[in-house]
Amino acid sequence: MSDSPAIAHVAEDAVLDEHPSYLRHHFNSTEQQADTANFAMWLFLVTEVMFFGGLFTAYLIYRNWYYPAFVVASHQLNVGWGTANTAVLICSSFTMAMGVWCAETRRRKGLVLCLTLTFILGLVFLGIKGIEYSEKIEKHHVPGFHYSLQSFVDPASDPDIAQYHDKPLALDMARHTELYFSLYFAMTGMHALHMIIGIGILGFMIFRARAGAYTSGHVTFVENFGLYWHFVDIIWIYLFALLYLISRHQ
Amino acid sequence: MSATIVSLPDQSTARIPKMNYLSKENGLLSWLLTGDHKRIAILYLISITFFFFIGGALAGLIRLELLTPQSDLMATDTYNKVFTMHGVVMIFLFLVPSVPATLGNFFIPMMIGAKDLALPKVNLLSWYLYVVGGILVLVTMITGGVDTGWTFTTPLSTHYVNTNVLSTGLAVFIAGFSSIFTGLNFIVTIHKMRAPGMTWFRMPLFVWAHYAASILMVLGTPVLAIAIVLLALERTIGIGVFDPTKGGDPLLFQHLFWFYSHPAVYIMILPGMGVISEVISTFSRKRVFGYTAVAFSSVAIAVFGFFVWAHHMFIMGVSNYAVLVFSLLTMLVAVPSAIKIFNWVFTLYKGSITFETPMLYSFGFMGLFTIGGLTGVFLGASGTDIHLTETYFIVAHFHFVMVGGMLMAFLSGIHFWWPKMTGRMYPEKLSQLAALITFIGFNFTFFPQFILGVLGMPRRYASYPPEFQILNVFSTAGATILGVGYMLPVLYLTWSLKYGAIAGNNPWQATGLEWQTQSPPLTENFTKMPIMDHEAYDYEWLAKQQEKEVASVG
Amino acid sequence: MSEHNEQAHHIVGPKVYVIIFFALLLGTGLTVWASFLELGLWNPVIALAIATGKAMLVVLFFMQVKYSTKLTKLTVFAGIFMFLTLVGMTLADYFTRAWGQW
Repeated sequence: MSDSPAIAHVAEDAVLDEHPSYLRHHFNSTEQQADTANFAMWLFLVTEVMFFGGLFTAYLIYRNWYYPAFVVASHQLNVGWGTANTAVLICSSFTMAMGVWCAETRRRKGLVLCLTLTFILGLVFLGIKGIEYSEKIEKHHVPGFHYSLQSFVDPASDPDIAQYHDKPLALDMARHTELYFSLYFAMTGMHALHMIIGIGILGFMIFRARAGAYTSGHVTFVENFGLYWHFVDIIWIYLFALLYLISRHQ
Repeated sequence: MSATIVSLPDQSTARIPKMNYLSKENGLLSWLLTGDHKRIAILYLISITFFFFIGGALAGLIRLELLTPQSDLMATDTYNKVFTMHGVVMIFLFLVPSVPATLGNFFIPMMIGAKDLALPKVNLLSWYLYVVGGILVLVTMITGGVDTGWTFTTPLSTHYVNTNVLSTGLAVFIAGFSSIFTGLNFIVTIHKMRAPGMTWFRMPLFVWAHYAASILMVLGTPVLAIAIVLLALERTIGIGVFDPTKGGDPLLFQHLFWFYSHPAVYIMILPGMGVISEVISTFSRKRVFGYTAVAFSSVAIAVFGFFVWAHHMFIMGVSNYAVLVFSLLTMLVAVPSAIKIFNWVFTLYKGSITFETPMLYSFGFMGLFTIGGLTGVFLGASGTDIHLTETYFIVAHFHFVMVGGMLMAFLSGIHFWWPKMTGRMYPEKLSQLAALITFIGFNFTFFPQFILGVLGMPRRYASYPPEFQILNVFSTAGATILGVGYMLPVLYLTWSLKYGAIAGNNPWQATGLEWQTQSPPLTENFTKMPIMDHEAYDYEWLAKQQEKEVASVG
Repeated sequence: MSEHNEQAHHIVGPKVYVIIFFALLLGTGLTVWASFLELGLWNPVIALAIATGKAMLVVLFFMQVKYSTKLTKLTVFAGIFMFLTLVGMTLADYFTRAWGQW
């Protein structure tokens, strides 16, 4: 039984010009499909903003409450590595954006190159992060795992932070450095998790890009992944400013 | 109640259409791997009904314990687990997905003239995430449960209990993503998949309500997710974010938790309000009064709903300034809800009202939600809240809005759209009786609890002073009646699948695109793309269509 | 009615990307340099301002929001607004606790 005559106002079937294989049946046009996917990715990124937002809220509260502890604790982070990582991610955002351009202009080899560079830069970021984390582990600055207050009650005993001439913290304020590192690991860890997922997807994309999947007019996947990648970069931009650059003067 | 607008086809010749979304494909895999929003809606309907009865059984245990002043049916620790699991199951596994995941999934595409939701695979993923979350909750229950209350207040949940906080947290985390993806899907669909002519202000108010609820789902739920992550880290590693001995603030958890959980109550109620708009209009044969006001009030509830969360924390140690600000904003958020009630009442005025079952549930909603909502205003005033919070007044308040309001709206919607989803009518007299039983049972169960709260009986207590017993006995008696009222629909709706009258396209003579197609609908919803050329709730347009139908079928 | 996807028609070229890329690196250097200066209360303000500037460049150009539909811009705004609500209203509690009983 077809629709009742009550829906007399239906349109005649629109003649669909070439029906690309990737057009899903519930969409009327590839434009609508691409538009929809793009909007969906933006909404997903908004949920990610709120997800990280909880962590940023916690950070801002405790930085305000325990500023001296946060300053001294942040000196344990190597500004060199942090800056390098920021530069690495900015480069990777650049290569990703160029990759999207290659997809849009149907440059298959260019796209593969850009995606591969983004992939490598992502791994470099994780590598540097790994170096930083292992330094923290060595110095017992991981909350909950034999956390050591040594560097904070007696900064002179720690050669890594000699340049900052930190004054020793009182014991209770020194204890609050553990909160700094909790948030450091939670925030950078969550960020790194997102990087790992992104790198995984990049690997898949490189494989597909080589087969020409994204350079024949259907750029949605690359474009939307690009949005995700840039978002992860933006999170790092703020993490860098908040975690590494609290106060390095003196 | 002799007047009825029900219009069924001739039962001697009517048949369920051979080709429909149920008959299209057979076999378990065709259901488990479906992309069809209607099938996913049915999958959800079955699963949430299952969890509703689990939650209901837990409620039964609570009421049984509270028959006597002593904690004699179960140990107090066990009682803590029972009310916690009742809350977790009812909120996360029933109320949040109830209307959106079943009726919303089924009808939003049809109402806007689309063939499916924008992201069918994500829709299916939502259901699987829900099922995984639900199974995890069941496993948690079987392996000892959790006893912190559904609110997981710190530092109790992080430092002082050794129950299954982590697995419940994980279950809620997973179910939360189910909700996020459903909301995301709805927002994208409503923006991008409307048929030609279907402007924003021609959409049914049901769609507006879901749009507003979806905004809440998408923006609020991730904060719950991060709250649970931090809770887990605090509980396992002891990172210190909620631990005063390490300089943390337990209240931070509550800020993050309630930042979601307050909008969550609007996630729960808005879709129900959408149902009420549709039902009230249909059974008074009148367009909803003040369409624009109702549409915008849905969005206003969504927006304002984000600014009031700390009214759950008035006595927890927030600053007095925060109490002032949040109390003021809470007063404001009541206004859009009131606007809706007024508009529904004005819709009824001079309408041709009939009393079919969906309408009975809607009347129940309007009365009970109003009471529940007003008591919410009492609680929003910080002065009274100090005395009433954490008493049975709160329990009564949220059960009035959630059970008297939302659950009645859900039942109203299920009954309203049952003929469309299944092609069958349910037995009207029995369903009206069930609605009446539910209403009576509800009032007996929860009205005494307002009095108990004002008298000072605390919530979440297994034992209480003996002078409160009589009211508790009333409440438990009512709960028994309520249970009967909820069992009946399961029985007769299931019965109707085989023996119910054939419904035809439009048994209620409703407007709305979903009523202009066959029952049950085709998988692709429409044979040709519809063009919307009339306003919502246009009963004159419907009358013209019916004339044409009579003329052309001959 | 599908809205026109401007992105499909407007392709941002490498020239823009290169300029933004160098601007971002410049911003990074600037913010690191500024953190070594003694500016008191202004240190965090400057750091966040530069970070926000960099983020805006990424959003507008790398993510092509400058060339996107109104809906995309509204979505971005909604996300930022909600984030600020969460942070702002929560911090309002913490900052005013010291006010006592007023």
